[in-house]
Amino acid sequence: MRASVVVFPGSNCDRDCATAVERSTGAKVDMVWHQDSELPEGTDLIVLPGGFSYGDYLRCGAMAAQSPIMQAVKAAGERGVAVVGVCNGFQILCEAGMLPGALLRNARLKYICKAVDLEIVNAQTRFTAGYVGRREARMTIGNGEGNFFADEQTLDRLEGEGQVVFRYKGENPNGSARNIAGIVNERGNVLGMMPHPDRAFEHELGSADGAILFQSVMASA
Amino acid sequence: MKAKVHVYLKPGVLDVQGKAIEGALHGLGWRDVSDVRVGKTIEFEVSGSDRAKAEAEAKAMAEKLLANTVIESFRVEVA
Repeated sequence: MRASVVVFPGSNCDRDCATAVERSTGAKVDMVWHQDSELPEGTDLIVLPGGFSYGDYLRCGAMAAQSPIMQAVKAAGERGVAVVGVCNGFQILCEAGMLPGALLRNARLKYICKAVDLEIVNAQTRFTAGYVGRREARMTIGNGEGNFFADEQTLDRLEGEGQVVFRYKGENPNGSARNIAGIVNERGNVLGMMPHPDRAFEHELGSADGAILFQSVMASA
Repeated sequence: MKAKVHVYLKPGVLDVQGKAIEGALHGLGWRDVSDVRVGKTIEFEVSGSDRAKAEAEAKAMAEKLLANTVIESFRVEVA
């Protein structure tokens, strides 16, 4: 099994993502520079990591979304290859039009860094099938622009079509519409989430729930 | 020619920076102020002298990169 972690200038969770995928699944991970025009052959999973690509200049993920490698990522997504965008990666997927909506500045302006309990809303996606009967997962968030926004029509459609994958349980940390923490595209192969599965892949980190996500999607490849 | 693209959050999209600034203005005594919105202006030089063409290109740049049309609207100005 192979995975690609895309590295943009300013990405800082790329190495954590690589370690998380390797240790959770045993997959061989390639680090792919954003200026490359192709992904390694046989990539089963593409990860867009967290961080501050392009310093969050213009808008978070706006310029990263136009990187040369994104043509290949979009094409792979269209072929059904699994793509996970974490935090800045989620922002990049929205800016690239691979997921609907946008991530705004947190509602109370503060950068929030803490553990969150997530409700697994759709346990049938490629990313969540591995949770087997569990309705909750625990991961951490660390972001200043994690406030998910979409118009009412889009939100209704996301909920109606089972595209909401994770919701924040208890207090909404950032004002995200309908407490949404993660969504998939219509086809179910592209996941964007603000919480970090790459920081929850072994018990010493406080939670191994992120490992389950990576194992789940690799099993579905 | 100088082109300016003014980008603002669409009405109905929460502008937390605007709210923070509104609070600060109220604190300074300007209590009649409401609905503060913060936008940005991206300006640049375009070579050539075809104004209509420059406007069309600035609009295309705004749609593609300078504005996120999910949450922002924009206005183009070419001098």
